Amino acid sequence: MANAALSRTQGQLAVTCEDAIVQVRDIGKNYGDVEALRGINLEFQRGKLTTLLGPSGCGKTTLLKIIAGLVPASSGEICVNDKVVTGPGPERAFVFQDFALMPWATVMRNVGFGLELRGVPAIERNRVARRYIEQVGLAGFEEKYPHELSGGMRQRVGIARAFAVNADVLLLDEPFSAVDEQNRRKFQEDLLRLVDLEKKTFIFVTHSIEEAVYVSDRIVLLSPRPGRISQVIDPMIDRTASPDDIRRDAGYLNTVEEIWQGLRQYAE
Amino acid sequence: MPSSPGRARSRMQAIVSHTKLNDAAGALKAPPTPGQALQSFAENRRSFWIILSLAVLFAAWEIAGLVPISFAFPKFSETVLAFVEMVADGTMIYAYFLTLQPLVLGVLISAVVGIGLGIAMGLSNKIEWLLAPVFIVLQAAPMAALVPLVTFIYGIGLTAKTLAVVMLALPVIVLNSYKAVRHVNPSLVDMCRSFQGTRKQQIFKIIIPDASPVLFAGLRLGIAAGFIGVMLAELLITPTGIGDLITYHRSVANYGHMYASVASIIAVSTLTLAGLQYFETNVLRPEKRRK
Ligand SMILES: Nc1ncnc2c1ncn2[C@@H]1O[C@H](COP(=O)(O)OP(=O)(O)OP(=O)(O)O)[C@@H](O)[C@H]1O
Ligand SMILES: [Mg+2]
Repeated sequence: MANAALSRTQGQLAVTCEDAIVQVRDIGKNYGDVEALRGINLEFQRGKLTTLLGPSGCGKTTLLKIIAGLVPASSGEICVNDKVVTGPGPERAFVFQDFALMPWATVMRNVGFGLELRGVPAIERNRVARRYIEQVGLAGFEEKYPHELSGGMRQRVGIARAFAVNADVLLLDEPFSAVDEQNRRKFQEDLLRLVDLEKKTFIFVTHSIEEAVYVSDRIVLLSPRPGRISQVIDPMIDRTASPDDIRRDAGYLNTVEEIWQGLRQYAE
Repeated sequence: MPSSPGRARSRMQAIVSHTKLNDAAGALKAPPTPGQALQSFAENRRSFWIILSLAVLFAAWEIAGLVPISFAFPKFSETVLAFVEMVADGTMIYAYFLTLQPLVLGVLISAVVGIGLGIAMGLSNKIEWLLAPVFIVLQAAPMAALVPLVTFIYGIGLTAKTLAVVMLALPVIVLNSYKAVRHVNPSLVDMCRSFQGTRKQQIFKIIIPDASPVLFAGLRLGIAAGFIGVMLAELLITPTGIGDLITYHRSVANYGHMYASVASIIAVSTLTLAGLQYFETNVLRPEKRRK
């Protein structure tokens, strides 16, 4: 655990970093009487993968949707590229927990939908869509409909759609929760490959400690409701090693253990 | 379910021996057992089951007419002959010419206005507050009781009959369209917003396509209600068209002709609804076509 620039403002942990692309400033969120988030101060570094990890119901999806501009915050503000944003924008793309694919549209149309909404001509958007369909490993499925695909394949369509609009920041809400353990590992490796290839900023939500440690540059742990930042961990994993070596690496295992100890207090 | 195929097969063979289908001979040549072959044939051809069930129904009708269960109940064969006669002498065709006018007009008005109002209610809370109570009352009201009132206001012409169709069809279509829009997957709407879709794109590219199965279900119910409306109008307002055929042949105890008229309107209504369903699955929702 190193390099995390931590400070405390009004007793709350605040995370800053150099070259932040997304800044979350003092965000709070109430759903009626339910206080979902309180005093979140958090910066996301450009080109890195930051994971939000925490117990179910702690407000991870809420925070991600506030960053996406899909849910209004009750207090505080979000800056992207140093500009305050109040709604969705072209520099952010969202990957939904439940895929959000149009059942009446082919894989091709689903992947190109972000471009279709922007008025990109069909030939151009199909060319881009085809490229990303191939990149997520779905070549040959262009003309299939979502119900003809497995859960994992559907999620890849969602990921390809987010890539196709060429946003700087990708927001992924538990993208692998519908996938079995073997495929999950494969997807995590694919994701790391895409992170490497695309040079984008990723904000990733997951339940899985192992997954978080394996894929993240930084992990932000949230406490149960109301969600607050409870801990920040930079796993510092050597990703040039083979996936199996990484999963046996002492540093990896220690980090998993450290997070588990951190979360355990909430489980009891 | 390891035991069910065997049981299903013996049932198949029972059907073969009863109805002496010629296909059974063809099925015997195939490598799988004849029962299996017939079973897969039956599964693949929905029309097989439709024809079989109609055959059973008509056979039962014929027998009931032979018994007879009532002096006013004609045999199936008598009814068919009466039907052929009425088509041949043009009375049936002229009757449909009269009946279809208020029906088609009323259904078109109800479909356009109903889907439009329903979608508007689904999209806007203000419109919902304004209109939802009206249509909920209208749908609950026994419309047949109101049909005679229409004659007081609009007389006995095409307007009154069209209005009767609209009164029955419109509330169903409005309320189903409204429900369809309200049950659109919110995650798809969020998805459209996250890619900066405009409100117009949201409505035309997400909400209406996602609502279309329920919209169409409402339209089918509305058309079925429209058939009820037109028959009520023709029986209660003034006897014209098919309603007139039914009333007239009953009064002269021509039961074969009366039943032929009744059966024909049922057939027309069923075929219309089936056609609409076919149109929906094959034209509007291509993903439904590939099973
Ligand atoms: N639309 C809403 N209306 C009311 N309460 C909500 C709404 N969305 C979320 N909440 C509440 O806010 C809290 C945080 O929800 P959120 O979905 O962000 O949690 P999460 O961390 O993503 O959980 P999970 O890991 O189970 O997905 C929960 O207690 C939830 O009940
Ligand atoms: Mg969630």
